[in-house]
Amino acid sequence: MMRSVIRYGWPAAIMLLWGLFAIGGGWLGLDPNHIELSKILLAPGSDAWLGYDDLGRPLWDRLVAGAQTSFLVAVLVVLISTIVGTAIGSISAYLGGWWDHVIVRIIDIFLAFPGILLAIALAGLLGPGINNVIIALGVVGWVGFARLARAQVLTIKHREHVQAAQALGTPPLMIIWRHIIPLIMAPLIVEATFAVAGAVISEAGLSFLGLGVQPPDSSWGSMIRDGARYLLVAPHMVLVPGAALMLVVLAVNLLGDRLRDRLDVRTRPRE
Amino acid sequence: MKFILSRLASALIVVMGVSALVFLFLYMVPGDPVEVMLGESAQPADREALRRALGLDQPLLTQMGHYYYNLLHLNLGNSLYSQRPISEMLLERMPATVELALASLLVAVLIAFPMGVLAAVRKDTPWDQGAMGLSLVGMSVPNFLMGPILILVFSLWLGWFPVSGRDGLISLVLPAITLGTAMSSILSRMVRATVLETLNEDYIRTARAKGLSERLVIWRHALRNALLPVITLLGLQLGVLLGGAVITEVVFSWPGLGSLTIESIQRRDYPVVQACVLLISLAYVVVNTLTDLVYGWLDPRVRLEGGR
Repeated sequence: MMRSVIRYGWPAAIMLLWGLFAIGGGWLGLDPNHIELSKILLAPGSDAWLGYDDLGRPLWDRLVAGAQTSFLVAVLVVLISTIVGTAIGSISAYLGGWWDHVIVRIIDIFLAFPGILLAIALAGLLGPGINNVIIALGVVGWVGFARLARAQVLTIKHREHVQAAQALGTPPLMIIWRHIIPLIMAPLIVEATFAVAGAVISEAGLSFLGLGVQPPDSSWGSMIRDGARYLLVAPHMVLVPGAALMLVVLAVNLLGDRLRDRLDVRTRPRE
Repeated sequence: MKFILSRLASALIVVMGVSALVFLFLYMVPGDPVEVMLGESAQPADREALRRALGLDQPLLTQMGHYYYNLLHLNLGNSLYSQRPISEMLLERMPATVELALASLLVAVLIAFPMGVLAAVRKDTPWDQGAMGLSLVGMSVPNFLMGPILILVFSLWLGWFPVSGRDGLISLVLPAITLGTAMSSILSRMVRATVLETLNEDYIRTARAKGLSERLVIWRHALRNALLPVITLLGLQLGVLLGGAVITEVVFSWPGLGSLTIESIQRRDYPVVQACVLLISLAYVVVNTLTDLVYGWLDPRVRLEGGR
């Protein structure tokens, strides 16, 4: 009992806090761009909860504003990637033939860009700003879902209930939507959970490189970037947003692990 | 032979596709790329000159033809910023990235193998849970957080390593640990899964039934066979490494291809950005193809199935 609370209680609490601050942060009366020159680089303490940054802005307020950025980006990117990727992957697998061939090649080409590199290049070319971050991460993100959905549909499309629907003359899109997608929801949900963690890290990474949201808007990544210049005198500038970022990503990853066990999704044969 | 040919053919298609996508980069720049690169105050004559130099005044298909022709002749053009040949810049930066990648790979393997094997052999014990918990934490700490924390502790507080730059082996330590630990957290889980799978094989049961000691079963029989699939994992993980190297290089001011990419993005030197992305991705494709071929050579079953 105690162990399951430790394992699953706090991740859920952190995700809840993250979402609450992201959605409700606007009503807290915070002022992330308020400057107090007398408090520049002030460390966390009794008169400065979480401390102040190099311009004298309160880190707590900026942290909440950063939560809004990461939440918005993560939710939109994962939503777009899931819908587009699943649609392309499942239609491609269902129809088969040359269309499927082409899609597989396109997926291979996107996967040939290592890690976050393509998103970095796209965000760099499109120019900074939260919209372009979402576009860049979406362009990269759909591929994983397309590959997963395709593989899943291939194993399901010959099942009897699908053949029955085909015999009744149900249009292909209807079959995919009504008779196939519900069966592949579990692995898609697990993949989407891990994709949230990936999107949070990627958004912060792009902002760290200066390709994300622009000043004075706040992101955990750009907070770490600003703080890296004052590591010795004000380590809290890196550690505060760093801890928030790490906790959120860890919580999402733990939740993904838990969902994978709960929904009994296996990527490999039985261990 | 058929396996090798089909693998090479699909690699070639991927290479052509990646180059095409990178070629289209210039069209993703909002507005007129020439104006973005030169700024609004540029003279019309200069703009025309750049437009011609980039071939943007030609029809799209002609441009594409020129682009592939130049690629095949390794003619990448000149940097808009420094006017130097791009190929020269890439060659200058490449050794640093290769050095960092190899060192990180070493760090990752040194951490991930013992951890993964230990977790698998002691499955469902505190050892296993500890190792997997650690790997989950590792996955949740991005390079751009790990790097500054390492710098703070080991460079600024303890003074053991330089803060940044590339000056001798000592400066390689922190960047390699940053990148290597990130890779090892995923790799150790894969090693664990692979070893577990192997431990379920029939020949392991046979070895145990023969009365071999558990130590001999694991070292002689299980690990040897489990390590084979791990080669593929290493190849795939190299992507994480190469992508993550961009950020890590920036954190440590490591003068490799990654920092050249970011510098060029900041200078709006798009031809250099294209060349960097192309080179890093092609390196990834080449390594992956080689991994597949080596794997097929080591394990005949892969060849017979005609690849994955």
